[in-house]
Amino acid sequence: MPTDQELALKSLRYRRSVIRWIKHAGAGHTGGSLSCLDILNVLYNRILRVSPATFTDPKRDRYIQSKGHSVEALFVVLAEQGYFPESDLETLCGYQSDYVGHPTRHVNGIEQNTGALGHGLPLAVGSALASKMDDAGFRVFTLLGDGELSEGSNWEGALAGSHYKLDNLTAIIDCNTLQITGRTRDVMNHEPLAEKWAAFGWAVRKVPGHDFSALTAALEAPLEPGKPSCIIAQTTKGRGISYMEDVARWHHGVPNDEEYARAISEIDAAIAKLNGGAA
Amino acid sequence: MSAPAPSMYSPAAKAVAEELGLKMGRANLEEFADTLLTLAKADRNILAVTSDSRGSGKLGPFGQALPKQIVEMGIAEQNLVGVAAGLGSCGKNVFAVSPACFLTARSLEQIKNDICYSDHPVTVVGISSGVSYGALGTTHHSLHDFAVLRAINNITIVVPADNYETREAVKAAAAHDKPVYLRFGKAPLYTLPGADSAPFAFGQARVLREGSDVAFLATGETVIHCLLAAAHLEATASLKCRVVSLPTVKPLDTSAVLAAARECRAVITAEEHMVNGGLGEAVAGVIAQAGIGTRFKIAGIPDEYTVTGSQADIFRHYGLTMEGFAEAASSLLEKSSVGAGVSHDQLGALSLSNGQAKD
Repeated sequence: MPTDQELALKSLRYRRSVIRWIKHAGAGHTGGSLSCLDILNVLYNRILRVSPATFTDPKRDRYIQSKGHSVEALFVVLAEQGYFPESDLETLCGYQSDYVGHPTRHVNGIEQNTGALGHGLPLAVGSALASKMDDAGFRVFTLLGDGELSEGSNWEGALAGSHYKLDNLTAIIDCNTLQITGRTRDVMNHEPLAEKWAAFGWAVRKVPGHDFSALTAALEAPLEPGKPSCIIAQTTKGRGISYMEDVARWHHGVPNDEEYARAISEIDAAIAKLNGGAA
Repeated sequence: MSAPAPSMYSPAAKAVAEELGLKMGRANLEEFADTLLTLAKADRNILAVTSDSRGSGKLGPFGQALPKQIVEMGIAEQNLVGVAAGLGSCGKNVFAVSPACFLTARSLEQIKNDICYSDHPVTVVGISSGVSYGALGTTHHSLHDFAVLRAINNITIVVPADNYETREAVKAAAAHDKPVYLRFGKAPLYTLPGADSAPFAFGQARVLREGSDVAFLATGETVIHCLLAAAHLEATASLKCRVVSLPTVKPLDTSAVLAAARECRAVITAEEHMVNGGLGEAVAGVIAQAGIGTRFKIAGIPDEYTVTGSQADIFRHYGLTMEGFAEAASSLLEKSSVGAGVSHDQLGALSLSNGQAKD
């Protein structure tokens, strides 16, 4: 299992790639991709029992990205995992590209076509039910945005997840507290969030969403037998790029040349620092 | 033994049915539930997913016989369809069963994205469709389902006209690894002829009666009324009318449509659906793009505040009966020439009004 230090380096490289491909495409959901990257890092490098070689195995773990707009983070991680060459992303958002601005199953490694919010949790409930029915033993993870929780279908799925005692199901909330209009609590308040999920019958844990150890501890096993798990990951939108952090306009902002250069130099400096001063 | 015909049929229509030797069957919904149970007993991957709808879906016996193959989602149609897609993505052969009115409106986005776009083998089963719940009002009518689903890629729309078509459609859907929409009413139906001569298959029209005066191109529970009208017209006016059942609304059997338009003097389409965006407009699109000019009428529910009453009352009100179709055929043939003198009123059933006329 990779160390925290190795994951930290991976995250910096993922961030660099996310910025690069969004700049290249001239489009993308920058802030949310950066807020969920450390979660994806932990999932794909430590938790999910799936790889390019086992992606067609019926017993593989499933990852369903409900917040489909943060697809650039997913593309970059899947490329690094070997599902496809990262150079494929040169076509991102281009004419006839499979790499559109939300996940589709035309891309190797992606389980469900998402993008309309409030769909991932019901899909994950269905997959987790299938795992239980067949005694297949696979786990199902879905990543939700905090703004996305205004969609009522999430709460329908939350009821079903606990009704069927789906302890093989984990919903991770990328709780970056911002959505396109501004603070989630100002647009539509979901608090108290942990209490809501607990009241719906879920085992809930709040974790710092950029802490690899804390994320791993929360995700490596179901929190409680007989209950689905809800991990509220407290994250920062735009994480890792100083001027993007916690700024709503970077929801789908594309950096100009100057901003791009600054972002890359910040990441490169962080990589150098992590490597003990070597560039 | 044949059950008594419901009030859907006038005494004259019942007499014609008797002359044709038609037997009263049961509701397509019951045939669906029995067929699914038989299939599911032989294949534990077949699941019924319901939204507090096992009673209205006649799936009580299914639930008792195969409790591990029925999944209850409560009154939550969006979740019903999302969960069905999730199950389908993990190798289950899923029938998502809920009243058509809710299933194809409230959970349309889940049908579009989770089933069709993601391409999972789920059969969406709209029960008590059309105006089956006539007296319950517009909330419970599904007169929009063909229109919305026709505009979604990757779904076969199947609307059986009798118990035979239902049985075959359920078997075909279970064997199909792509999204399917099935639509069933809850009133008993006559069993149509043609099970041997015109077998059911997805995408295939079934010619139930030959003729070249008027062609009735119909789907679902209106087919029987067209067949009775054709027999009535032959007996009373010596007209030979063709009756074509189109159980698959999409993809449409375009060769059967074009043959009818070329070989018959007039074409009438019939459907238990609003005239906007349904079978009639699909047929019209085929005929017009082939450059064929013909006398043509779309029979269905007009774009207005739908009249209340039983399914039979509503069919009668809008002329979706033997008498109504016979009259429509006669008046269509009386029109002097194609394309001449069409008034706004003659097109009144189409989407020319935004109003909520009650009369």
